[in-house]
Parts: sequence; structure tokens; C-alpha cells
Amino acid sequence: MGKVIVMTSGKGGVGKTTTSAAFSAGLASRGHKTVVIDFDVGLRNLDLIMGCERRVVFDFVHVINGDARLNQALIRDKRLEHLYILPTSQTRDKDALTREGVERVLTELREQFEYIICDSPAGIERGALMALYFADEAIIVTNPEVSSVRDSDRILGVLQSRSRRAEEGLDPVREHLLLSRYDPERVERGEMMKVDDVLEILAIPLLGVIPESRSVLKASNVGTPVILDPQSAAGDAYRDAVGRFLGESLPFRFMRPERRGLFQRFLRRSA
Amino acid sequence: MTATVRKAGPAEETVSIQFRGGLYTLMRLKVSNPRDQAFFTALMTKIAQAPDFFRHAPVVLDLQDLADAPPFNMAELIRRLRQHQLVPVAVANGTDEQNKAAINAGISILRGGGGEAPVPRPAEISVLPTGEPREPSAAAEPAAGQTLLVTQAVRSGQQIYARHSDIIVLASISAGGELLSDGHIHVYGTLRGRAHAGLKGNGAARIFCRSLEAELVSIAGFWRVREDMPDDLIGKPVQIFLKGEQVVIEPLP
Repeated sequence: MGKVIVMTSGKGGVGKTTTSAAFSAGLASRGHKTVVIDFDVGLRNLDLIMGCERRVVFDFVHVINGDARLNQALIRDKRLEHLYILPTSQTRDKDALTREGVERVLTELREQFEYIICDSPAGIERGALMALYFADEAIIVTNPEVSSVRDSDRILGVLQSRSRRAEEGLDPVREHLLLSRYDPERVERGEMMKVDDVLEILAIPLLGVIPESRSVLKASNVGTPVILDPQSAAGDAYRDAVGRFLGESLPFRFMRPERRGLFQRFLRRSA
Repeated sequence: MTATVRKAGPAEETVSIQFRGGLYTLMRLKVSNPRDQAFFTALMTKIAQAPDFFRHAPVVLDLQDLADAPPFNMAELIRRLRQHQLVPVAVANGTDEQNKAAINAGISILRGGGGEAPVPRPAEISVLPTGEPREPSAAAEPAAGQTLLVTQAVRSGQQIYARHSDIIVLASISAGGELLSDGHIHVYGTLRGRAHAGLKGNGAARIFCRSLEAELVSIAGFWRVREDMPDDLIGKPVQIFLKGEQVVIEPLP
């Protein structure tokens, strides 16, 4: 039976889709059969980030409505043999997500896949609720700033009260914190919240700290999950996070500013 | 267990309509003289103290003091309150006449509940010097084993109500989280959200917390917002109690 993992945050623009792409690619590259689903019906970004937007014929909503079979809608990644993408519809809205429909699709996916990553839309409305309802584990993507932390706190409350596990009195959803867009230099200058400050408020285990990195935007634009970029610090941080998720004990990196010489500083500025 | 967490009533599941029981805290506005401009002036002053708190706040109009008053224009009163950005939703303790006027004006009638329990007068509270334990009055003493124990963090947007009992929280209350108790409130983590003790009017109820960072605290309907809390007590272990109509915050010994 596969595990359902929701990538959620409450707030928009914090890196849920980037994280969904990186995490699913990371799990697949380690040999785990993984599917990543775009729950952001109507906006549809995941297929772009995954670089498969030109191969979408059927989508999640078609499968929910019974207009297509699951295997017709699943897109196999060209880079990783264990990775599949279930894109969403751009022409429909979140009302297309019915609880019964989502449950049916997830149940079918659980039989075929080890990990099912649900890329949640922002907010706490229907789309986000559907993405988290069936979750076994949740990765809370948070930026080191107060409004993002507040929204993450809110979504943790929703997970604890409105997920299936909460409603049916099962073991609670396992929560992990992923702090993204972390800029140690700005933290040192007091412009961003420290890891410890965020942990004090949210009080859930830390899965990873992803440094702010130009490679993330670049990776998005070329449709390659950043975890597949061997040169990228963010990619390294995501690989570590995937390792920790799978139970490895790895030291946290990228939490302190790198000491650069004048020459390197100059290079960075002009880059 | 009598304590409830947003207890849902029997749910009617139909194709598209869902009625569910819900529990909300409402402010009651005691209407003393709706025809006196002084009433509205005083109200404006009060609202100006915490405009965010009052903006679009649903209020229940308590008409207790108007039982023998001459009739007044209910619709006009509601209109004026709306001008102050309050949203009257119902009347309480009204006469038949007043209730009828309320219904005609499009708001509801609330019966029973609310703060019928009298707020103990300062004399009954018998304020003691800082930190000294006091005998709980009979009214404040909950039956044994009725205290609501919460072991998980209370997150932003969550609301926990301990009806007829105290509440003990072993974790932190996040900003945007809310605790309500008819009795005392104990927080062993950091209190960042809101805490309302003595919700039904028990002025002897207290709030205790290991670290005070609250947005708002209230006891028996008297409140204090963060801006009015002394800076030197922020982040400190404190107890909060009512002295007359004053919410007092003191460091724990």
C-alpha cells in the first residue's frame, strides 16, 4: 500500500510545487515508484515544472469524472523510470474535486505506487482540503517570514482536525517542516526569521532547510526538478531532505552564510 | 466529559444543504439608553481603543436595562451600530415588544445562555496580594475530573472551549488560536493567541501561563489587548485576574 504525502503551506508562492517536483524526483531516483498529483485545478503548474506540459492529453479531473482511465492520464517521466505525473485541468475549478472521486483515484494509485505526492494549492479552501484529506504524511513548506509561519500554523490545525485520519480517529498525520528560500545572510542581518524561531512556533520536526538559490528559478523555467541539478545547493538540500524522509540521519547544511572572498563576492555581483 | 471542542450538533446530510451546530463566542452590548447621544459617544470611545477587535464584530444587544424603558426605534439603533462597524445579530433579554421589533429589523432573538450569571462584585472577589493563593469561591470550583486537558498545540484558527470547567494546555497557543473556559485557564507553553477565562461571567476565574505573548486576554468579559500589556511582562510567566473591572497582569512568584 502506497503512502499519500501532501505538500501544503496555506500561503502561496512558498515553493510547494517546486518541492513536490523535487521530492517526487528524489524518491523516484532512489528507486521508489512515485507519482505526483497536481491538486491546483484551474492553475496547472506542476506539468510545467516537471517539463511534461506538451504531453498532457487526459488529466486528474478526467479521471475523477470517469472520462479517462488512470493509466491514460498518468505521464511517465522521461528522465526517471519510477516517476509519474498526474497533471490537472486548466479549464475546470476546484469544485471538480469530489471527495469520492479523489478517494477512488488515490485508492487505485496506492496499489500501484509506493509514494503518492499531492501538490496542494494555496489557501485553506476546497482544493487544499481535498489535497490533505487523505494524507498519511504532510510536508509543510514554509518560508522564514511571519505570514508564512502563521499560515503554516493554520494548516497544521486543519490537518489535525479535518483530515481523514483526524475524522476517523486514526493515528495523526505525520508532520514534517521544510523551510524553503532560506537566506542565511539575511537571517544574520535580522531580516529573516531564524530556523530556531520558526521551529519554536510550529513545533514539528525539521525535514530540511532549502537555501534561496537562483538554480530554483532556472530549473523551473527549463522544466527540470531542481534536485536533478548536481551543481545546485538547493538540489543538495532537497536530496538531504529526501534522505531524512527515508530515515537517514544527515547533518543540516546551508544554514550559515558561506564565507566568500572579495573576488568571489565580486563574481557573484556581476553574475 | 462536558468540555467540547466546537461541538457539532446532529448534522443533516442532504444533497446540498448542511446545517451544523456550532459554538461561537459573541460579544454582548448592554444597551442602556439608545436615544441618548452619550451612549453612542461612549461606544465610539470604546471602539477607538481597539478598532480591529470591533471591526465587523457580531454583537448581541442586551436589552436587560430597557425592560421598563419607553419604546425606541430598533431599526434606527441597528443602523447606528452598523455605522460604527458593529454587526448586531440578535437581541437578548428583550420584552415581547422589543423582540418583535428585532425580528422585523432582520435580527434574531437569543434566549438563555450568555452571561446571565452575574459577574461577582469586587467585594466577592476578595483580591489578595500578588501570587497568594486564594480559596476558590463555590461558583469557581469545578467538579473534580472535569478539567479539560489539551496536550497538543492549539494552532492558528483553532478554538477550544472548556464548558463548565477549567482548561489546562500543555503546549503553546499559536497566534490566531483561541482558548475559552468557563473557569480558569492554565497554559504551560507560550500563550500567543487569545484566552478568555470565566466566559459565562465568573470574575474569579484566572489565566496562568508560562510565557505571555497573547494577542488578547479576557476575564468575565473584561479584556486587555496586547498593546495594553506591560512590555516588561511579555515573555514572562504571569497570572491574569480581575480586580474590579480591571484586568490585572502580574508576574508569577
